[in-house]
Amino acid sequence: MAHTLDLESIVEAISGKNVGMGVDEKALISTLGNSHKDHRKLFRKASKSFFEEDEERAFEKCHDQFVKHLKLEFSRFNNAVVMWSMHPWERDARVVKKALKKGDECYSLIVEVACTRSSEDLLGARKAYHSLFDQSMEEDIASNIHGARRKLLVGLVSAYRYEGNKVKDDSAKSDAKILAEAVASPGEKAIENDEVVRILSTRSKLHLQHLYKHYNQIKGSDLLGGVSESSILNDALLCLLKPSVYFSKILNASLNKDADKGTKKWLTRVFVTRADHSDELKEIAEEYNQRYGETLAQNIQEKTRGNYRDFLLTLLSKSN
Amino acid sequence: MATLKVSSHVPSPSEDAEQLKSAFDGWGTNEDLIISILAHRSAEQRKLIRQAYHEASGEDLLKTLDKELTSDFERAILLWTLEPGERDALLANEATKRWTSSNQVLMEVACTRTSTQLLHARQAYHARYKKSIEEDVAHHTTGDFRKLLVSLVSSYRYEGDEVNMTLAKQEAKLIHEKIKDKNYSDEDVIRILSTRSKAQINATFNRYQDEHGEEILKTLEEGDEDDKFLGLLRSTIQCLTRPELYFVDVLRSAINKTGTDEGALTRIVTTRAEIDLKVIGEEYQRRNSIPLEKAITKDTRGDYEKMLVALLGEDDA
Repeated sequence: MAHTLDLESIVEAISGKNVGMGVDEKALISTLGNSHKDHRKLFRKASKSFFEEDEERAFEKCHDQFVKHLKLEFSRFNNAVVMWSMHPWERDARVVKKALKKGDECYSLIVEVACTRSSEDLLGARKAYHSLFDQSMEEDIASNIHGARRKLLVGLVSAYRYEGNKVKDDSAKSDAKILAEAVASPGEKAIENDEVVRILSTRSKLHLQHLYKHYNQIKGSDLLGGVSESSILNDALLCLLKPSVYFSKILNASLNKDADKGTKKWLTRVFVTRADHSDELKEIAEEYNQRYGETLAQNIQEKTRGNYRDFLLTLLSKSN
Repeated sequence: MATLKVSSHVPSPSEDAEQLKSAFDGWGTNEDLIISILAHRSAEQRKLIRQAYHEASGEDLLKTLDKELTSDFERAILLWTLEPGERDALLANEATKRWTSSNQVLMEVACTRTSTQLLHARQAYHARYKKSIEEDVAHHTTGDFRKLLVSLVSSYRYEGDEVNMTLAKQEAKLIHEKIKDKNYSDEDVIRILSTRSKAQINATFNRYQDEHGEEILKTLEEGDEDDKFLGLLRSTIQCLTRPELYFVDVLRSAINKTGTDEGALTRIVTTRAEIDLKVIGEEYQRRNSIPLEKAITKDTRGDYEKMLVALLGEDDA
């Protein structure tokens, strides 16, 4: 069993200060991978040369140089380490920014962040966005995306959903009827429909669960079975209603031997962003198991290597 | 600047709560006492008084006020005693329930608060009404109004001073083109007004004025007077750039009873007393040649008048 390192050693290891002395990478992985998010917060606060306190918005921001430095040195493992040590809000803000820059094919990432995070975490990501990029998330999205998808994406990231347990079932039922009609439209027509945007970007997740039940009854088919021609609509529905199914699908795609470099990175993102939420990674692993007949751990063992693999497996076992 | 006057030596919250309790005891209510206390405490102090009152008497201060007071005065005290976030949530909820195309309260709350204040309103809305503000706004409004209002209440604007002048130029041009074609509810217009920071929006409209020799608000005045959406759009721009002018306009209609915005006087005095009522008052006098306080005392009576005057910082307490 690898021994654990103290904060100072971690900071030194990551800064590359101990060049030539070697980094006890197993210990690094073990310590970081098993660390509680509060422990990482202490790490960020202690590492003043790498992280800067944004007092107004209550999180510790990564210095650009640090990010660049690590990326040069460590490739996939370190990308995971960088992401892991960042504050979740900053992580999500950077994911959205990157998705915007990459364009079209990456918009599902925006949907993912907007729909699978809690209201507070999505808000936090928007705060971090202010801090990092001197503009609001919604203005960046609104000015860089045109056409049918803009309305829905801006709506989704602007949501601050009610998270309590009160719901009006008949309201959900009438929304279900509206969705049932709209969803069958060709191409992206469904997301140009203002009612669809309203329902998906303002309703609470509990309300949407009730809507889901009604839809399936009305139509006799599964709303989450890819009912629309609009992939972004299907993604949004899946993320809002069954995030663990969505994530297990993403993981499967990224572990596929024919996956391209971009898709392979999804593995890191899902693990790092979900591992902080105690039961989520566990749920995702179970869903994966059910869906694909193999255990996630086994697949990772086979398809990845070295420190990267160890890090992922550590995150996975932490959730059990 | 705020008009609220709080003395440097303030009794403890439990002493205040005791006093308030005595104001309700016996026959009738001692409104003067209520005003002398509540109208001279900050939001934080009022919060503590509410807590102390609840601990001492087992009842929510607001419930007692509701029982004991009547109409305009009660409304003023109610709005004043609520925490700003809760207050905005209440105003927004009322506005959705009785929404008509002339109702501008939703826009007012969304555009004249800071990003943090609007956020608090959204949080208070969850707690009080068990749904999100955007759900209710979306559900109760229609068409172009819905598009604009949902976007405005969902905004979480960047609050820094950084401005991109190239962008300001581009967007000023874009807006000019859309307005020329009377395309007031165009998606880009709504996008700019509901996502850009206030600094950026100001820069954009300054640019607009430089390019076209006329303020955007003046250009929009030439549109159809009965076009309610156009009216809302103009008020939106005004709230984002010169809120005090918006408030002066609304106050004037309220005081002269020429508008349909009932309760505007109470709403504006209670929501701005701790923010910029002083500036609004100065602007009011400049435009109407009569001090705001005088206009209010001419138009109101009794305890209601006393409360408003106290919030204006003009009483002798």
